[in-house]
Amino acid sequence: MELGSINLVTLIATLMVAAVPIMLAALGELVVEKSGVLNLGVEGMMIMGAICGFMTAVATGSPVLGFVGGAAGGAALSLAFAFLTQSLLANQVATGLALTLFGLGLSSLLGQGYNGIKPPPTGAVPFGPLADIPVLGTILFSHDWVVYFSIAMIAAVWWVLKSTRTGLIIRAVGESHDAAHALGYKVNRIRLACILFGGALAGMGGAYVSLVRVPQWTDGITAGAGWIALAIVVFASWKPWRVLIGAYLFGGITGLQLSLQAAGSKIPVEYLSMSPYLITILVLVIMSSGRASLNAPAALGQNFHAAR
Amino acid sequence: MLRLEKRPNPSKFWLYATPIVAVILTMIAGGIMFALLGKNPFAVIQTIFWDPLFGKFAYYLRGQLLVKAGPLVLIAVGLSLGFRAGIWNIGAEGQYIMGAVFGAAVGLAAFPTESRWIFPAMIVAGAFGGWLWAMIPAILKTRLNTNEILVSLMLVYVAQTILAMAATGFLRNPEGMGFPGSRNFSSFPAAANGELFVGTGLHWGVVTAIATVIFAYVLLQRHLMGFQIKLAGQAPRAARFHGVSPNRLVVMCMGISGALAGLAGLFEVTGPAGQITIDFNVGYGFTAIIVAFLGRLNPLGIMLAGLLMALTYIGGEMASTNLGLPAAAIQAFQGMLLFFLLGVDVLTNYRIRFMMMGGR
Repeated sequence: MELGSINLVTLIATLMVAAVPIMLAALGELVVEKSGVLNLGVEGMMIMGAICGFMTAVATGSPVLGFVGGAAGGAALSLAFAFLTQSLLANQVATGLALTLFGLGLSSLLGQGYNGIKPPPTGAVPFGPLADIPVLGTILFSHDWVVYFSIAMIAAVWWVLKSTRTGLIIRAVGESHDAAHALGYKVNRIRLACILFGGALAGMGGAYVSLVRVPQWTDGITAGAGWIALAIVVFASWKPWRVLIGAYLFGGITGLQLSLQAAGSKIPVEYLSMSPYLITILVLVIMSSGRASLNAPAALGQNFHAAR
Repeated sequence: MLRLEKRPNPSKFWLYATPIVAVILTMIAGGIMFALLGKNPFAVIQTIFWDPLFGKFAYYLRGQLLVKAGPLVLIAVGLSLGFRAGIWNIGAEGQYIMGAVFGAAVGLAAFPTESRWIFPAMIVAGAFGGWLWAMIPAILKTRLNTNEILVSLMLVYVAQTILAMAATGFLRNPEGMGFPGSRNFSSFPAAANGELFVGTGLHWGVVTAIATVIFAYVLLQRHLMGFQIKLAGQAPRAARFHGVSPNRLVVMCMGISGALAGLAGLFEVTGPAGQITIDFNVGYGFTAIIVAFLGRLNPLGIMLAGLLMALTYIGGEMASTNLGLPAAAIQAFQGMLLFFLLGVDVLTNYRIRFMMMGGR
C-alpha cells in the first residue's frame, strides 16, 4: 500500500519504534501522577537515562545492561525530586523544573567524549518464519525487545492499578492523601516508590533514544520528548491503554513527518519539524476543554505533611 | 529522627538567609563535582566568583556582568509575578526569541533609513512579539483550561523553528553570500543598542531592567494589582471572595512576563548579540527561572540574584578557557543551585526537630 511515496506498512512499523521513548516515559509519569505527585522533570530524567544507558552500553558492550543503566540513571535523578518534595516539602512544579535544568546540564557533562561513538546494536527479536508473513510480519514481528516490553508494561500497569491492592493504595494516596493517611498508609513512602518507578521508566525511554532511535550521543538528544510525554498523560486522561494510543499517535506524526522530509515533500521542513509540538498543543486543548480533565487525581501536585 | 514542625508564621530570618545558605551549599557540592572532574575545586570557585570582580581582567569583565544580568533580571522579574500567583510561564525562552524576531524584523524593514523613531518602534515590536507569544498559553488557559506549563514550553520549540526560518529565510542578510544570519545591527546605527558609557556594559536593556525592578517593587508593595497577585498565590479561595478574577490575573501576568521576555530578546539582538542567528538564544529564558527563585520572587532580590547568576556565566566561561572546565559543568552548577534553594526553603516554613527514636 503506497501513500504518495510513503509505504504505509513501513510507516506503521516505524511509528511503533518512534513511540517507545514517550510511551515508557508517559507510563511512568502516569503512575507518579496517579499517586498525586506532579513531576515535571520527565525531560531531565529521560536525558539522564539516555546518557547513563549509553555509557553503560558502551562500557559493557551489552545493550540490555544499557537499558538497566538508563533506568538506574533516571531513578537516581528522580530520587532527588522525591527527597525534595516528599521530605523537604518543596514546591513540585519548581522542583520538576530544577530536575530538568540540572539533568540537561549533568547529562552533557557526563557525555563529554561520547560524541561520535556507536553503541552496541539492539537487534530485532528472532521470530523465525513469523517475521516473513507479508504485512503483519513487518508490523508485528520485526521489532527489538523494548517495543514488546513497553506494551507489556502498559498491560502490567493497567492491571496493577485496576485490579490489585497495590493499585488501590496508589490511587487512594493520589485522590485523598489525608484519607489514606488516616487509614494508616505511609503516604510519602508510597509516593517515593511511585516517583522512583516513574524515574526508571523515563530513564529507559531516554536510553531507547540514545541506543536505538538515534543511535549515538549528542547534547539535548531527547529534544522535548519528556514534555510531550507529560502532555500524553493528560491526553490519556490518566488511563494506561490510552497512553499507548497517544504514544502511537505521536510516534505516527513523528514518523510521518520524517518520512515526508525524506521523501522531499513540498511542505517546508520547518513546518514539518514544528508539527509534533503544535499537535501536542492542539491535543491538550481538546482534552482539557472536555470532560476528560475531570479524571485527574484529586490530590495532584499537593504536598502531604502529617501535622500533629 | 528528623521531624518537621510547621511554623505558625514563615520565619523572617530564614526568608533572607536561605538564598545565602543555598549558594554556600552549591559551592560545596559544586566543588565536589569539580574535584571529581579532576580540577582543583578552590581554583575553580575562585575563578567563577572572585576573578571576574577583582581579578586581572576585572576592568573588562565587570562590564560583562551587566550585559548578562540585564536580560536575566528583565525576564525573571516578569516570571516572578506569575510564579507568585501560581501561574507558571516557563516558555520565556520562546517569548524571548519572538521578541527578538519581531523587533529585528521591524528594524530590518526600515533598513537603511536613518530615523530616531526606528529603535523605539523596534522596542514596541519586541515587547509585542513576546506578549503575543505568551498570550497563546494565557488565552488557552482562560478560555479552555489548558495547562499553561506545557503549552508555553511547547511554544519554545516552535519559536526555535521560527528563529531558524528567520535566520535562513525571511530575515537573512541579502548581502551575506547565502550564509544564515541577518544583517548586523552594529552597522545600522538607528537600530543599534550600543553601550551607553564605554566599558560599563550599560545598554538600554540594562536601563529597562532597572526600571522594571522599581516598577515591579512598587506594583507589589503599593498597588492593588500586586496585592491581588500575592493573595491569589497564598490563598486562592480568599482571593476569589475578595473579587480577584483568576482569568484576568492569568492574562495580566502572562502578558507582562511575555512582553518583558520579548524586550530582553530585542535588546539582546540589537546589542550584545548583534544579529539574528540560528543559535541566537542561549537559555536566558530558562536560567531566569532559577534567578526568580533565587531572588525569592522579590524584585530587589531578583536584581541581586541576576548579578550572581551573571557572575557564574562569566566566571564559567573563564574557568572553561583557563582551566579547561567543560561548559556543561556550569549549567549543572546552576541547576544544582535551584535544587539547594528549593530544599533549604523548608526552613522558612518549618522547624526541624531532632528526636530520639521512640520519642513522643
